[in-house]
Amino acid sequence: MIVELGHFCLILSLAVALVQSTLPLYGAQTRNPGLMALAAPAAIAQLLLIGFAFAALTYAFVVSDFSLKLVVENSHTLKPMLYKVSGVWGNHEGSLLLWSLILAIFGASAALFGQNLPPQLKARVLAVQGMIGVAFLLFMLLTSNPFLRLEVPPLNGQDLNPLLQDPGLAFHPPFLYLGYVGLSMSFSFAIAALIEGRVDAAWGRWVRPWTLVSWVFLTIGIALGSWWAYYELGWGGFWFWDPVENASFMPWLIAAALLHSAIVVEKRESLKAWTILLAILAFGFSLVGTFIVRSGVITSVHAFANDPERGMFILLILGVFMGGALTLFAARASAMEAKGVFAMVSRESALVANNLLLAVAAFVIFVGTIWPLVAELLLDRKLSVGEPFFNAAFSPFMTALAILLPIGSILPWKRAQLGRTLRLVVPALLLSAALGALVFAMQTGRSALGPVGVALGVWVVIGALYDLAQRTGRGGLADRLGRLARLPRADWGKATAHTGLGITIFAVCAMLSWKVEDIRVLQVGESYALGPYEVALQAVDRVEGPNYLSTMATMRVTRDGAEVAMLYPEKRVYPVAQMPTTEAAIDYGLLRDIYLVIGDPQDNGGWAVRSYIEPFANWLWGGAIIMALGGLLSLTDRRYRVAAGARRVPQGVPAE
Amino acid sequence: MTRALILSLLLAVAAPLAAPVFAVQPGEMLSDPALEARARALSKGLRCPVCQNENIDDSDAPIARDLRVLLRERLTAGDSDAEAVAYIVDRYGEFVLLNPPAQGSTLLLWLAGPAMLLAGGGIAYASLRARSRAPEPGQPLTAAEQARLAELTKPDA
Repeated sequence: MIVELGHFCLILSLAVALVQSTLPLYGAQTRNPGLMALAAPAAIAQLLLIGFAFAALTYAFVVSDFSLKLVVENSHTLKPMLYKVSGVWGNHEGSLLLWSLILAIFGASAALFGQNLPPQLKARVLAVQGMIGVAFLLFMLLTSNPFLRLEVPPLNGQDLNPLLQDPGLAFHPPFLYLGYVGLSMSFSFAIAALIEGRVDAAWGRWVRPWTLVSWVFLTIGIALGSWWAYYELGWGGFWFWDPVENASFMPWLIAAALLHSAIVVEKRESLKAWTILLAILAFGFSLVGTFIVRSGVITSVHAFANDPERGMFILLILGVFMGGALTLFAARASAMEAKGVFAMVSRESALVANNLLLAVAAFVIFVGTIWPLVAELLLDRKLSVGEPFFNAAFSPFMTALAILLPIGSILPWKRAQLGRTLRLVVPALLLSAALGALVFAMQTGRSALGPVGVALGVWVVIGALYDLAQRTGRGGLADRLGRLARLPRADWGKATAHTGLGITIFAVCAMLSWKVEDIRVLQVGESYALGPYEVALQAVDRVEGPNYLSTMATMRVTRDGAEVAMLYPEKRVYPVAQMPTTEAAIDYGLLRDIYLVIGDPQDNGGWAVRSYIEPFANWLWGGAIIMALGGLLSLTDRRYRVAAGARRVPQGVPAE
Repeated sequence: MTRALILSLLLAVAAPLAAPVFAVQPGEMLSDPALEARARALSKGLRCPVCQNENIDDSDAPIARDLRVLLRERLTAGDSDAEAVAYIVDRYGEFVLLNPPAQGSTLLLWLAGPAMLLAGGGIAYASLRARSRAPEPGQPLTAAEQARLAELTKPDA
């Protein structure tokens, strides 16, 4: 009964979305306040309806209602409750419902928090948001209905994929979706602005928070996914340039570009057309990502044939929205006249360079991701594009970005003198170069990647700190500290996010270049040296979990005779899903992780054991968290809290 | 999550066949450390033909194991790195190369990024130049005004 109600609510929400996407738009065109006012209640109604549908599906998973096809395919009575709930979105149909729910949440929050928006802009934004809702609800109801019943319900389910039964992965998809779908808000604002033919500083101030929110969620989502891959897949890799990873990385890069160019719109009323284009592209890449993930067309052309309906539908959505948006853009972009004049050397130009590098980096990933498909369809060549290509083709752009960042971020607006700014950063440059050289001298016979990572990371972090220090102006220490505390949170956010980026760059380089690996056969009772540590395999036992069987090793790690950690790597088999998983045991540390994996029993009675020392692994996730924190700090800036709707920049906030 | 879904599909196919093997096994490794290091480096650039996007060094698939063993046989037989890779490419196609060589139509792939950087940089430069030459709001000073200004700001004698 509840399930049927949920199904009904889903259909009803489609009807509401149809109303939301048409009448307010017409109302805005004819200046009919009644029709425009329809948008906000419609958006809230949509949230309530989809929210109920989602709750109904969650209920079905929680009580293990095996008359529902989706529950049978993705759940089991023995599964822990956390994974029964996360099973709701651990599959195609449920994840689409989550996607639609998040879309409705964003639409409703624009309706609730957007009271200061001009009514026409608000009606148009919500109408565009409604159109996206229509597309995805239709997609779900026509091709991937989560509420389908089975005629003969089985006694128990087929269990959720064991790899998904993991806390890191339980929350990875919701965060990623919050990011993907959040970009739909920037898209809706862009389309509404194109229809209105006007972009001003206030528009920039409305768009930036939504972009920031999406970017923060994408950052957390990507970091969670990367962390999961690190501890779960069993060889300590954290990024594989896999098409589905690229699908989340491209919107992240474009969103990063967008939230920088929106600053220029907000502060200087320039780069308007480019910002609109970025907003369209950011959501476009979200849709491309959905297409790549849901159709399987990139990973294997044969998967496409298995489910042509779904892939074609997403392609249709992508075509309609991107085709429509870009046509509108071509027709109206010339109306976006730039107001602010700036010189070739200025903060504005530095942000253009930032945008260019980020956009090109995203483009390189895009081309690399779809190249196998292009080559097969057009050139009749079956080839692969993998990690070596992306490492070589992507890194130069990021390196250039990191080199430019500390200089660009302290250039004055409008007109700057390059020589003066460069003189300011000479100490930071010398320090980072010296540290890089020192590291190069200390590590003999290894790749230059590590020292380069140290130099780049230090350069970016010092640059961010210097940026903050420079914002405090001149005068005595007490004065400067006082001003530091009173700096707008946007400044703190900027410095924090840039620091996070520097740490991430350093950690990536450190993990790639200083990893220690050991693979061997070990008898129970034997030990071996791993770097400065001594690792002993003390026992291997069979252990039974709630819904799996485990082979668990007991391993003792010592250093100079003192115990560092007892680690218990496992190899699990989930009998219902007929799937094995490795559970690496990790001793997390500030400077290094010790990462142990137990493999197969060998013919001579020993066990295959792989072990790694992963240097600075925690710095990678830490850097990502600091970046996200920077975004959050910036989001709480006074101008968004107090003056979110004001047309003019409030006087109390410095121009920076 | 999606990566896991795809992995799971692969594993689901492989799982009923046999207990899984995980990536490089100690038994496959060569006793000569220099040769083994070469094999490891090469296998990271070779794609497992039945896998999603994994190299043969990381892959659990039986064919990846076969390829690892084959690669080591070639190296032990005295092949150079290029010869050993060419031997495998001859038999499994260029599909197994994770790093497509920059030649022929693949050159387009390699040049796409730099080309876009040049094009985008060119467009940005041209428009910035046009913009920075746009007249500043307000009128510039006339020659007479300049002279008067200079007189006013001249330090008193």
